[in-house]
Amino acid sequence: MDIPYTVKPRPDTGLYNAKIGIWLFLASEVMLFGALFSSYIMLRAGAEPGTWLTNQLQVPLGFINTVVLIASSVTVVYAWANLKMGNIARARFFLLVTIACGLVFLLIKSYEYYHKFSHHHYPSTDPYWALYFTLTGLHAFHVICGMVVFVYFWGPGASMWKTDPERYTNRIEVVGLFWHFVDLVWIFLFPLLYLL
Amino acid sequence: MQEILGLPILASEHGGELDGLTWYIHLLMAALFVGWLGYFIYVIIRFRSGRNPQADYHGVKSHFSSYLEVAVAVIEIVLLVGFAVPLWASYIDDAPKDGEDAIFIRVIGEQFSWGVVYPGPDGKFGKQDISNIGSGNKYGYDPDDPDTLDNFQSDMNIKVPINRVVRIDLSSLDVIHSFGIKPMRVAQDCIPGMVIPLWFEPNRIGRYQVQCEQLCGNAHYRMKGYFEVVTQEEYDQWVEQESADAISGESDMGGFE
Amino acid sequence: MQTTSEQSHHGDVHHEELGFIRKYIFSTDHKVIGIQYGVTAIFFFLFGFSLMLLMRWQIAYPAGTENFKPVPIVADLIEKMLHAESTSMSDGVISSDFYNTLGAMHGTIMVFLAVVPMAFGAFGNFVVPLQIGAVDMTFPKINAASYWCYFAGGIVMVVSFFLPGGAASSGWTSYTPLAVFATTGQTFWLFGMVLLITSSLLGAVNFITTIIQERAPGLTWMKLPFFVWAQFVTGFLLLLAFPPLEAAGVMQLMDRLAGTSFFMPSGLVVSEVLQEQYAGGSPLLWQHLFWFLGHPEVYVLILPAMGIVCEIVANNTRKPIFGYRSLVYAVLSLGFLSFIVWAHHMYLTGMGTVISTFFQTTTMIISIPSVIILTVLFLSLWGGSIRFNVPMLFALAFLPMFGIGGLTGLPLGLNATDIHLHDSYYVIAHFHYVVAPGTIFAMFAGVYYWFPKATGKKMSEFWGHVHFWPSLIFMNLIFMPMFIQGMAGMSRRMYDGGAFYAATDDEIGLPMSVIDLNVNITHAAIGLAIAQLPFLYNLVSSLFKGEKVGRNPWQATTLEWVAASPPPHGNFEGGAPTVYRGPYEYSVPGAKQDFTPQNEPDVK
Ligand code: HEA
Ligand code: HEA
Ligand code: CUA
Ligand SMILES: [Cu+2]
Repeated sequence: MDIPYTVKPRPDTGLYNAKIGIWLFLASEVMLFGALFSSYIMLRAGAEPGTWLTNQLQVPLGFINTVVLIASSVTVVYAWANLKMGNIARARFFLLVTIACGLVFLLIKSYEYYHKFSHHHYPSTDPYWALYFTLTGLHAFHVICGMVVFVYFWGPGASMWKTDPERYTNRIEVVGLFWHFVDLVWIFLFPLLYLL
Repeated sequence: MQEILGLPILASEHGGELDGLTWYIHLLMAALFVGWLGYFIYVIIRFRSGRNPQADYHGVKSHFSSYLEVAVAVIEIVLLVGFAVPLWASYIDDAPKDGEDAIFIRVIGEQFSWGVVYPGPDGKFGKQDISNIGSGNKYGYDPDDPDTLDNFQSDMNIKVPINRVVRIDLSSLDVIHSFGIKPMRVAQDCIPGMVIPLWFEPNRIGRYQVQCEQLCGNAHYRMKGYFEVVTQEEYDQWVEQESADAISGESDMGGFE
Repeated sequence: MQTTSEQSHHGDVHHEELGFIRKYIFSTDHKVIGIQYGVTAIFFFLFGFSLMLLMRWQIAYPAGTENFKPVPIVADLIEKMLHAESTSMSDGVISSDFYNTLGAMHGTIMVFLAVVPMAFGAFGNFVVPLQIGAVDMTFPKINAASYWCYFAGGIVMVVSFFLPGGAASSGWTSYTPLAVFATTGQTFWLFGMVLLITSSLLGAVNFITTIIQERAPGLTWMKLPFFVWAQFVTGFLLLLAFPPLEAAGVMQLMDRLAGTSFFMPSGLVVSEVLQEQYAGGSPLLWQHLFWFLGHPEVYVLILPAMGIVCEIVANNTRKPIFGYRSLVYAVLSLGFLSFIVWAHHMYLTGMGTVISTFFQTTTMIISIPSVIILTVLFLSLWGGSIRFNVPMLFALAFLPMFGIGGLTGLPLGLNATDIHLHDSYYVIAHFHYVVAPGTIFAMFAGVYYWFPKATGKKMSEFWGHVHFWPSLIFMNLIFMPMFIQGMAGMSRRMYDGGAFYAATDDEIGLPMSVIDLNVNITHAAIGLAIAQLPFLYNLVSSLFKGEKVGRNPWQATTLEWVAASPPPHGNFEGGAPTVYRGPYEYSVPGAKQDFTPQNEPDVK
């Protein structure tokens, strides 16, 4: 008496459990970041005219990070596609590339933080910086979580491929969805914090 | 109807309409409650298993309930569109503006007291700026502004003449308070960083309580002020005296406490 | 044990014997987790109840008035246990700080640690998989994680009482800037809330997925018991409404710990000193984010209750629910609308006409589906053959009690009348009618109804009656007078129960008669406490010597009654039952008995 549809989709819904689970989870994440974006709008709209800080960040760095994250989203898809085609070795390679991209993203982000701190910009400095550090911090936390899971599936978790390849493939798909979401959040954050 | 509802005495012009709406909505509620309760009691007696051993698979067949639901919706719409919205619109939007005939007062909440600032006989408040805030000048009025001179403070005690429109601009120094005078049927939160106007016309002489209605700390329960409605003469005399004291530095404001 | 012997007949699955710890403590079985939720929630119910009793004592006999009486019996204990610096109590006098702590924590504990875990965690976990014919929740480990997050959140909240300065004291709403200035207890409150929110999110994902994926063959959406629908919508409310509070919680933590000013405006002045470290924030932002959760949250409190009542009403009228479809559509629209009414808690924050018109219109609209749900339940009684067992008594009492609470929401929903009623005892009475004799009665009904399923024993009818009647009477004696107090202008969150605002010769204020009601209410609350003893006794004693029952003691139709009592691990011995019909096929004309279970095949 095992729980059904952990691997195969249920015929009438066309989805397997974890996929519904991750979509629901992402819906809640949308609300989480949505609330923070709304706070941004409300605080910015309520600020004394002309006092809101703009052009504080290094756009090239932000841009590079955007590219890096988008690239990592693509490589996840490659990893998953390779699993579908039964090529675990290449899939693991792409997972590694994804992890590397995440690492690059975090390194650049840390450098930016370091740079801001050395210029005495802290969360307490101003509402703009408070939002900047909260939003990017929360986002970076998501990146780290995603990477931990990727590392697990690249390493010890990959042994599941031998026993239950379909389930393993599904897992990569599910983390992939999460990773795309993290990517998408950044695509909103970048213009909001760097450009506007 | 005031007695039936148990409302406090009424002492303002607009309050009658608010009470009227409170009354109508309670009539609706009472009608629904009594009707349904009667039905309910009838049904649990009539259809108890002892009396009605065999349940009827189909149950109710009439559409009465749908009509009832529509009726409830219609009444709610009438109360909303006909009463609540216009009352609110006037409560919020019709506040008298600078230069119109009204008593202008500023009230500032603070843990746990009410600061009251009057413009004095010239009807003008001094300029305010954050940079002026300091010991002895917590509201930041500009001491060099001539308009400030005859402004005066009247802590915890507001005096107004009867049958004149009062406009109170509310704000707060620290946390959120709420300025409420029950017999006037007014209440408005005092929120730091915001100035929110409140206006009404008292029409009954008396000494009323100002309640703080928003939790603001450990002495919230005793953050009481007074709102005195007096005759025009008494009021004029009082204002004259207070602002004279202020100018001569004998009391607050002019001399900055 | 019955369970294991039954399992071993089914050789298709291999179950190694689980140790006590794996089986009862770190279990992943939805039934065990449900019971864990339930037991923990009962503890918090009693805890919240005790805080309330202290509060009520203080209101009735406030220090500094001639009515003053020191807190009896427990005063010494509390003074010894709590930190001296928390200035909680001395000589039996509750300090005003401690009173605010009691209020804030009573609200928080009742809402987030008692009712939600009971309604969603306990009943949802135990009943939903059984009712849809599933072997377990979809993600059993996440389910266990959800419980343990809740547990951790509870510990954090309890521990915060022992901090210097005591637990949170800024109301369950934690309005800023007050909450940002508050003592460390508030930081714990926020951490606790983050854990509780995480727990609810994990639970919500699990519930929704389970209901979508694990329905037994033939169990289509319109054949689902209404309780499942209610939990489904509740799941979505938790899933989508909680994250904004999580975000707000993080921001308030930042304000408190990292010195940001999300909720702190420029120009704050404390003791004539400008608080320059704060600039540019908005206190109203917190309120919006809080009530964006807060309003859906109150439907989280009521929907499972309505679900339980619906099950029990159908079962004990022995006839189908009248208008099942309208019930489903009503609950769906209720869920949707609950996201767009939140600012009716904020009418007095300086809201313009347009926005407040929007919110009061949605508030009036949302009352319509509630009216429909209640109407459906009322009309379902017509033509029934009503059995008055204890679950049914509680379920029936729910109807008018929720009616009173719901109806009194209307004058609060109209902004013009809310001017007078806002933050008065009228509001307290409004929502307690919905949550106490409303939701809590439904919870009791559910416990009496499903206890036989969970334990194989029935609870005593006699003690059930002894529990029900006094509870009903005391509930009304507590909350009815509060409407009078509110109308007369008594504000909530008053340390002395409004005594400071008593009328005197030269000031117009609260009549003494209104203030004196406080004493009556407190007596009734003590009566209510005593009235819970038969329940607790019944609960424990029935566990050991309750009448043994079979699978279907109530002769009910839904799937949980197909499983053994208590159901074994995996729930249905022969695999998932197949469903042929709607959930409430009672007294079908021509059928051999007055109930036709959902899994009974059609006879040609
Ligand atoms: C379970 C909880 C619950 C429920 C279901 C509701 C339901 C409703 N609530 Fe309530 N509410 C709270 C819990 C709840 N509320 C809480 C906790 C607060 C205070 C928070 C705080 O400030 O701390 C609050 C506060 C609150 C306010 C803010 C008041 C203020 O602070 O000034 C408002 C204003 O609009 C409001 C409105 C409503 C409305 C219109 C409904 C509607 O959904 C009600 C619809 C129901 C009906 C209309 C009843 C229909 C029944 C019949 C027609 C049959 C009658 C039959 C018989 C009686 C026999 N509520
Ligand atoms: C779900 C929410 C809930 C519940 C159930 C209750 C229950 C009760 N509450 Fe409370 N209350 C709140 C939520 C709740 N409250 C909130 C949110 C506030 C506002 C806080 C604030 O100002 O910030 C508040 C405030 C509040 C005040 C106002 C304080 C003030 O403004 O100063 C008062 C005053 O009398 C009060 C009294 C009571 C009473 C007498 C009960 C009684 O009805 C208690 C009845 C309880 C039981 C009968 C449970 C007993 C349980 C068991 C025996 C075991 C349980 C088992 C099962 C249910 C299966 N409450
Ligand atoms: Cu000021 Cu409460
Ligand atoms: Cu609400």
